[in-house]
Amino acid sequence: MRSKIVLARMLRNPQSRYGLLALALLLLLAYAGPFLGPHDWTDKDFLAFMEPPSFDEDGHWWGTTQIGQDVYAVTLRGMQKSIVIGFLVALFSTGLAALVGATAGYVGGWVDKALMWATDLLLVLPSFLIIAIVSPRLKGGSWLWFVVLLALFSWMITSRMVRSMTLSLREREFVAAARYMGIPAWKIILRHILPNISSLLIIDATLNVSAAIIGEAALSFFGFGIQPPDVSLGTLIADGSAKAIGYPWLFAFPAGLLVLLVLSVNLVGDGLRDALDPGSNQ
Amino acid sequence: MNEPTTGRGAPVLEVSDLNVTFRGGVKAVRGVSYRLDRGEILGIVGESGSGKSVTSLAVMGLLPEGAEVSGSVRLHGRELIGAPEEELTRLRGKGIGMIFQDPLSAFTPVYTIGDQIAEAVRVHQKVSGDAAAKRAVELLDLVGIPHPHARAKAFPHEFSGGMRQRAMIAMAIANDPDVLICDEPTTALDVTIQAQVLEVLKTAQRETGAAIVMITHDLGVVAGLADRVLVMYAGKPVELGAVDEIYYRPRMPYTMGLLASIPRMDRPTARLIPIEGNPPSPAALPPGCPFAPRCPLKVDACDDAEPELERIGAGGRMAACIRAHEIDLKDLDGADVYPVPEPPAEAEEPGPREERETVLQVGDLIRHYPLMKGAVFKRRVGTVYAVDGISFDVREGETLALVGESGCGKTTTLQQIMQLSAPQGGTVVVLGKDSAKLAKAERRGLRQDLQIVFQDPMAALDPRMPVGDILAEPLRAHGRKDAKAVKSRVAELLTLVGLAPEHAERYPQHFSGGQRQRIGIARALALEPKLVVLDEPVSALDVSIQAGVINLLEDLKVRLGLSYLFVAHDLSVVRHIADRVAVMYLGKIAEIGEVDEVYGAPAHPYTRALLSAIPLPDPEKERTRTRILLEGDLPSPADPPSGCRFRTRCPKRALLGEPEARRCAEEEPSVVRLASGADHGAACHYPEGVEAVPAPRP
Ligand code: SF4
Ligand code: SF4
Repeated sequence: MRSKIVLARMLRNPQSRYGLLALALLLLLAYAGPFLGPHDWTDKDFLAFMEPPSFDEDGHWWGTTQIGQDVYAVTLRGMQKSIVIGFLVALFSTGLAALVGATAGYVGGWVDKALMWATDLLLVLPSFLIIAIVSPRLKGGSWLWFVVLLALFSWMITSRMVRSMTLSLREREFVAAARYMGIPAWKIILRHILPNISSLLIIDATLNVSAAIIGEAALSFFGFGIQPPDVSLGTLIADGSAKAIGYPWLFAFPAGLLVLLVLSVNLVGDGLRDALDPGSNQ
Repeated sequence: MNEPTTGRGAPVLEVSDLNVTFRGGVKAVRGVSYRLDRGEILGIVGESGSGKSVTSLAVMGLLPEGAEVSGSVRLHGRELIGAPEEELTRLRGKGIGMIFQDPLSAFTPVYTIGDQIAEAVRVHQKVSGDAAAKRAVELLDLVGIPHPHARAKAFPHEFSGGMRQRAMIAMAIANDPDVLICDEPTTALDVTIQAQVLEVLKTAQRETGAAIVMITHDLGVVAGLADRVLVMYAGKPVELGAVDEIYYRPRMPYTMGLLASIPRMDRPTARLIPIEGNPPSPAALPPGCPFAPRCPLKVDACDDAEPELERIGAGGRMAACIRAHEIDLKDLDGADVYPVPEPPAEAEEPGPREERETVLQVGDLIRHYPLMKGAVFKRRVGTVYAVDGISFDVREGETLALVGESGCGKTTTLQQIMQLSAPQGGTVVVLGKDSAKLAKAERRGLRQDLQIVFQDPMAALDPRMPVGDILAEPLRAHGRKDAKAVKSRVAELLTLVGLAPEHAERYPQHFSGGQRQRIGIARALALEPKLVVLDEPVSALDVSIQAGVINLLEDLKVRLGLSYLFVAHDLSVVRHIADRVAVMYLGKIAEIGEVDEVYGAPAHPYTRALLSAIPLPDPEKERTRTRILLEGDLPSPADPPSGCRFRTRCPKRALLGEPEARRCAEEEPSVVRLASGADHGAACHYPEGVEAVPAPRP
């Protein structure tokens, strides 16, 4: 019943409707767009270096790069990667934060101590250094490892916040009511605790999407993460930013798409948060 | 519309046409007028949201920014509204003293009580520091704080709630104010402490000759104290008059309903008369009379315009109702105009108590908590004897009420029962199954038969869950997965408690307090339990709503054959709803038995004091009653007195001879059956008026 009501509330909210629409269009562009373009992202057009956008039949719609790659094809390819990385990292890190924090807070005792010890340990470890040390070893491995690494170092602070909110929720009578009903702890966490901190979690997840996409770019810049010839929005923006003045198309398209992506995720996130919160009037 | 002024001197405080509008156009107070003569006590009563507290904050000039105040407030003829802040500051404390519900917020935690009172003295009077300190001690002595010299040096948090309230009164009267405004001064206190504080308030009034404005929701408190009463509803005064007139001859349907809806300790009624519906939201008032949607006397003309407060009959009597004159002529009262709900269809006469099945048996239940100290390294410094060996049983189809003041262990007892695990000591047997010997699956099964309704209906319902899911949760948890069956059961439950099936899709916050409590009850009934534990189920509700919920509980009990374990501190409600009652004091049962026997002939000195402390909504009786006032506060449950736990406050012991009194200190009394009653026991060596006979343990 709750999921139905939340969905209905979400669709009633224009903001989240536009967000969902924009997100769908962007996904469509990322995954269907490459088939429409005249060039493949691996193609190199040795007759056109740094060409500005042109709208000829068979031309380069968004221009070309230094080595003759079609910006349209490359950007969309990068966008696919970034979308996957962004969403997976957000899902993993927020999910981990929620589970660890809520479990520690709800169960308490030594479970709490152990989980919080692990959390604090990860918090003090210099994450960038670890990723730098670990990633060469993962060379050749799947880029999914990269997602895992990024997620692993971005959940701790949220987790601490979740824990302290859980501590106060645990004392509320509706939790006691559920316990007296004979509902097991994990169900209470999923059904009563997490929905009541969903605002925090959703904000965290939307922030994580953009943070992961941008963070990935920073790591790639230093040679970790996505490596050429593969591309991501991050690497494209990093490359393009240096030449943004003279050759704006190198920078504008990937950056513009990133902004659109982050914006639409935020819209959807806000919509979901409002839909879950019965106090927000729509 | 002002009150007639004939035959009286100049008023001390005169409020006329006071209006308060909050940001967003919410009209919290609309046209309040009253006058207060020297030494007079005016009671302002109303339910939550009636604007009674906002009125007094406006008089004090203490409203937050953004509140728009219009009208006039005159203290000795001087206009306060719009007066410069310095003048107001000078008047507060000197001209008007204020006593709040929560005294902790009125004191600064880092200064001693004595310093703060002395400070209040020096702000308004030119006296030396020493003189002010002396005056502070005098004031503390006046309000009955023992060892005032020593206590003046204590910090606010070292005072108990009742003592803090006394100190607050001391501070309020420090400068001999002409008006004392008391906003729910005893609401947060236990009844025996409330009786003490009310007594102190009377003393304070006698000493200072101040006029008092007493704001409260408790019609009992006002009955014994006030000279005149102003009833407020939806931000507006709806009735005003001398206390006897209001209580015995109310002329506005709301007042009539309010008085008819209170459970009475002095004359038990078969059925409470609820006022249907809820007070209107101040942001969306109905066009005509604000009470019209709930009024049984409503006629079409009521919707035309809001009735003004008008004089009826002789004397200073006023009511805001177009039919007030008619009511006056016919001399109607609440029971005449409000539909009396059907009595619950009495099921087949239950057999004698001994033959009915025992649904809950608690024997020698013990729950002690370690008392820890220290922030980093916790060490045990003592033991809190929260529940210390109590025994009772609940039979099928009966209601046992557990009453007592805060700290008596009633809530701990509930938790121990609800946990269904082995208690620290003693036994809890639910439906013949010992909780200590339950296997996991058995415990889950037993949970179906044992349900709970909590006190605070907002906290007890998950705010993020639609009501339909809340009600479905116990069903699904106990293996009813079929979506259709669950849905129809949810609809059935909602109808059962007087809500509509469509309500399933709304969230708890879209309901009023009374409706939320009904949802809580529906959830408890989802699995068709045998025993329902009710933890103060109506104490968070307004009286007019409370009556409806109590009636519902009574109906359900008969219809579904339930047994209730009812925990409460309100003895009037208990008298109305319970069959048997157990009075607890400091983790022990002081007295237990049939309601009529315990209320009719209380044997334990504590029960007697408790019963006499309850204010009755009947001015005549209140005036003539003699109260047994208890001395002091509840001892800490970490350090209970030896022998009889009540001995430090027992008024009876003071009258005993030396050897008898020694027995109280040395030997702990256990609950013994009294010869005078069939089902009545008390834990006192010298029970009132009867010879004790040893009884077999239950
Ligand atoms: S004016 Fe009408 S609706 Fe209002 S209280 Fe009187 S009879 Fe009832
Ligand atoms: S045993 Fe003694 S002290 Fe205790 S209640 Fe009875 S008379 Fe009072």
